[in-house]
This record gives sequence, structure tokens and C-alpha cells, in this order.
Amino acid sequence: MSDIADRVKKIVVEHLSVEEEKVAPEASFIDDLGADSLDTVELVMAFEEEFGIEIPDDAAETIQTFGDAVKFITEAQ
Amino acid sequence: MSNNLMAGKRGLIMGLANDKSIAWGIAKTCAEAGAELAFSYQGDALKKRVGPLAEQLGSDIVLPCDVSDSDSIDALFEALGERWDNLDFVVHAIGFSDKNELRGRYVDTSKDNFTMTMDISVYSFTAVVQRAEKMMKNGGSALTLTYYGAERIMPHYNVMGVAKAALEASVRYLAEDLGKDGIRVNAISAGPIKTLAASGIGDFRYIMKWNEYNSPLRRNVTIEDVGKSALYLLSDLGSGVTGETHHVDAGYHVVGMKAVDAPDITKS
Repeated sequence: MSDIADRVKKIVVEHLSVEEEKVAPEASFIDDLGADSLDTVELVMAFEEEFGIEIPDDAAETIQTFGDAVKFITEAQ
Repeated sequence: MSNNLMAGKRGLIMGLANDKSIAWGIAKTCAEAGAELAFSYQGDALKKRVGPLAEQLGSDIVLPCDVSDSDSIDALFEALGERWDNLDFVVHAIGFSDKNELRGRYVDTSKDNFTMTMDISVYSFTAVVQRAEKMMKNGGSALTLTYYGAERIMPHYNVMGVAKAALEASVRYLAEDLGKDGIRVNAISAGPIKTLAASGIGDFRYIMKWNEYNSPLRRNVTIEDVGKSALYLLSDLGSGVTGETHHVDAGYHVVGMKAVDAPDITKS
């Protein structure tokens, strides 16, 4: 697993208090990991801070799963 | 920073969302100075965030309040009155607008969103102070949060800038009404801080960069900066201050043009 995926996973595990095994590429933050709508905004803010990138609103809306987040951040780096 | 400036004082904090909130910076500073705190939240999503934060500061008074509903504000103060017989300060860190109208042109703002923005971001402070007054038997201090977009045009701030201008005007009128009872009313105009609420504002990272490069202190402010200035206004250190909009913005509000040494930046 890439360094980016590890760092994203760490943020997700800590923020949503979920087990690491549950954070699979297709795992949806809201449907599978118990996030509410504020969690999704907070996760995006945490990703922005960790990776020093800006994730615009329209892009943030497409980040629904762990895999989406890793893909977006990898491309943005 | 350890002090007893707020020992024996009781305050209500409204508008805490998470540990990035300006309200959190203020709550922490007040608690460290010895204040006893109560918190209000709106809805379950915020309840589960506010509860643990309140606990961290030794507070078990966490009450629901939807400031768009007068009955809900009444219920908040009724519940607070059951726990406390007096109140010394209240912090109002609440504002709301449809984020689709925090981009594009102000002139296109809808009547519905204009009215809602004014209700939640302006009237709610007056409504809260109206109830708080009755509990502030020994005088008190009320504080709200505003932004420079009330005074000057800021990109995308739009209807919220109009609302903040009205909020600052209401601070002055409230100061006059309540001054005779020893209740002070002030606002802090904080520089841009990356909070949950700010995530609704377009190009926020650009705005923060601009402030960092062009403010006299050449940095952005933190929630701790705001907390320290709030402590001054909420404690007896600010005993002679009311009706004021106090800028905690690294000095940005006195700047006339781009700093010569500020790099040219483009929107990324």
C-alpha cells in the first residue's frame, strides 16, 4: 500500500473511530464507516491539511469512499 | 497561560462545532482562566461533537438550541436557569447562509436566503442577549464574532458581509440598551481561520494566503489568538469597553494595498 493510502487510512481510522480492516478501497464513509455529513467535511479538511492541497467543493462531493480519497490526493500531489 | 481572570464566572458558549471552532479557542481560554461553562448545540450531529469537548473543559451542561426558533431559545435559557441562578457572559459564534450564495454575485442573492441569513446570523444574537440579560444580575459581557467582510468587499462573502454589517450595528445598539445594567456587548472581527463554517466559503485557501502575505504581522490568526482577545472582552480586563468591534486579524484591517514584499499569488 502506498504512503498516501496509509496516511489517508490513519486519518479515517482516527476521525471515524473505525477498525483499520474496515477501511477498504470501496468503503463508503457514510454508508459503511458511519460518517455523518459533517464528518465528510471534516475528513476533507483533514486531508487538505495533511497533504497541503486544496480540495474544492465540487471535487469534495465526489470523494465518497476511501479509494476516492486516495485517488484524488494521489492525482493532486 | 495561567490566570484566575474568570474565577467564579459562568458563561454560555453557543456555536461550538469541533476543535477547530473559534468558539473552542474562546471556551478553552475562559476555562483555563477559571470560568465555569455551559454549551449549546444544534442537532444530533453537533451534539456528539460538543459533548466530549464540553467534558474536556469540565462542563456537563450541554443543551440543545435552534436559534431560528424563539421557543428553542426560551427553552435553552429555562434549562440553563435550572442549573445556574446567574450568568456572567455569553459567546455567540453562530452564522449561516446557503453556501451556493457564498460564491458568484451578491446581487443575485435570493430573498429566502437573505432573510434566513439575517435571522440566524444577526437576529439570533439579539434574541440571545434579550434572554441572557435577565440572568446577568451582576452585569455581564456578551460577545459575538464578525468579519472584515462587513466593512469592505471580500471575495465570495456576499450576503454574509451584509449580515455581519448588521450584526456589528446591533452590537452598538445592544451596548446602549444594556450599558445601564453593567452589561457590555462587543464583537471580535477575526481574520480568516479554517473552521468547519469556513469550508462553505469559496477560494478560502487563497483568502488565507492573501492575509498571511499582506497583514502587518505577516501571518494568519489562530483560535488561540481570538481566545485571548475574547478573554479580555469577557473578563474585567475589558470593564470599560462596550459597543466595540475589535479586530483580531494580525492587523489586516489597516492595510491599504498589497505589501511590496508579498509574492504574487494566483488562485490555484
